[in-house]
Amino acid sequence: MKKEILSVFLLMVSFLLQSTLLSRFTLGGIVPNLMIVMIATFGFLLGNRTGMWLGFVFGLLTDVFFGNIIGFYACLYMLVGYLNGAFEKILFSHDIKLPLLLIVCTDFVYSNACYILLFLLKGKFDYLYYLRGVILPELIYTTVLACIIYPFIHFIFEKIDAFDLKHNGETYIEEQ
Amino acid sequence: MSPIVKKKREHYVLPTKYWLLILTLLCVVTMVVSFSTDIFTKPLSTISGYVVVPFQKGLTGVGSYILNRTENFKNLQNVMEENEQLKIMVDNLTKENIELAQDKYELTKLRELYELDKKYEEYTKVGARIIARDTGNWYSNFIIDKGSDDGVQVNCNIIAGNGLVGRVVAVGPNYAKVTSIISDNVNTSAMILATGDNLLVTGDLEMMSKNLIPFSRLYDDKDRVTIGDKIVTSNISDKYLPGLLVGYVSTISTDSNNLTKSGTLIPAVDFKHLEEVLVIMELKETVE
Repeated sequence: MKKEILSVFLLMVSFLLQSTLLSRFTLGGIVPNLMIVMIATFGFLLGNRTGMWLGFVFGLLTDVFFGNIIGFYACLYMLVGYLNGAFEKILFSHDIKLPLLLIVCTDFVYSNACYILLFLLKGKFDYLYYLRGVILPELIYTTVLACIIYPFIHFIFEKIDAFDLKHNGETYIEEQ
Repeated sequence: MSPIVKKKREHYVLPTKYWLLILTLLCVVTMVVSFSTDIFTKPLSTISGYVVVPFQKGLTGVGSYILNRTENFKNLQNVMEENEQLKIMVDNLTKENIELAQDKYELTKLRELYELDKKYEEYTKVGARIIARDTGNWYSNFIIDKGSDDGVQVNCNIIAGNGLVGRVVAVGPNYAKVTSIISDNVNTSAMILATGDNLLVTGDLEMMSKNLIPFSRLYDDKDRVTIGDKIVTSNISDKYLPGLLVGYVSTISTDSNNLTKSGTLIPAVDFKHLEEVLVIMELKETVE
């Protein structure tokens, strides 16, 4: 439960940062996607159920503030959380390489989904421009961010596990 | 004693995949509903307005502070150098000022001549600070710190300096969501100031990286429109007040149908460095 509360708190902080400070520190006019990194990380570490709910709630928040229709980002973020959670039992979370690859893939898929749903359907077919101008720079910037954030969150979660083991004599058991 | 020992039933948990299905359907329903009506906007925006906006205000303040501090350092180093430049600049500006004063005189004369019934200065404007920007890289929406409590309404026009930025699309009690004219999903009805020909300004992500906005559907059969002409919001727009400066014609070419022209314009507003904007409180009067 500690982890869930912590993740809600951290997501709230990253939503606020994403909408305020990060847009001031852009590289070439591109903002890194902190929300995707956080939701993918939490989904991967906490399982598909938690990931799904976190994605839904914070997607809805994004919709209310920046979306044109309510439910669009909620749906996308929810799928991000759920699909990353599906890898919880498959990949080993201690090794940074595979989770990082997962986050990078997530951002790539997410950006492409945004392009298809928001631009391609309006008849903007110049995919290469959007790939070079938005998707790839965002991917690179996001990857750099993920390299810092994933180990940080993983470290905190391990500390929480160790704390629980010491004080209650039991490890965190995933509800399923 | 009953031989049947009642086992404590395990708490039933709905499998996650069903939850996913339910929530996806919920999202689809809300998307469809919010596409046609705006019943969700009011309660959701009120709640989130009180929870999130104060933090965004604070953090934006911190961001400005940090940026200002770093800039202060730079300024400290270059202050001597700049002083020299500024002295030269003052001379130039004095000269320019005289020219501008002449222009102003000319302007007042021209205004009287045209008897424009509404001018920029006559609109009541309220200053607002941008406190949050779109989280993604696709659109250019932002949040300002004035809302319905300050009298801001949906469709209020937003300007910065003397150019059009966009309009309010949603209001909360203490914030308002603004969509800018460079957003990829926005069309603005505009006209050439000199000739009065109407045209359509369409936000485009691809062109915006070159600091240009495309326009189209300009009827100009006499070839009177030239590069550098002012483009202002048109009289027939139902959202924008007439005569707000949008930008200047940059390129122009005839469409393949030989009837209309299209091209690009340079916006009057520097969209990359917006911090404060002005909200025009008057709404465009429309026939309801």
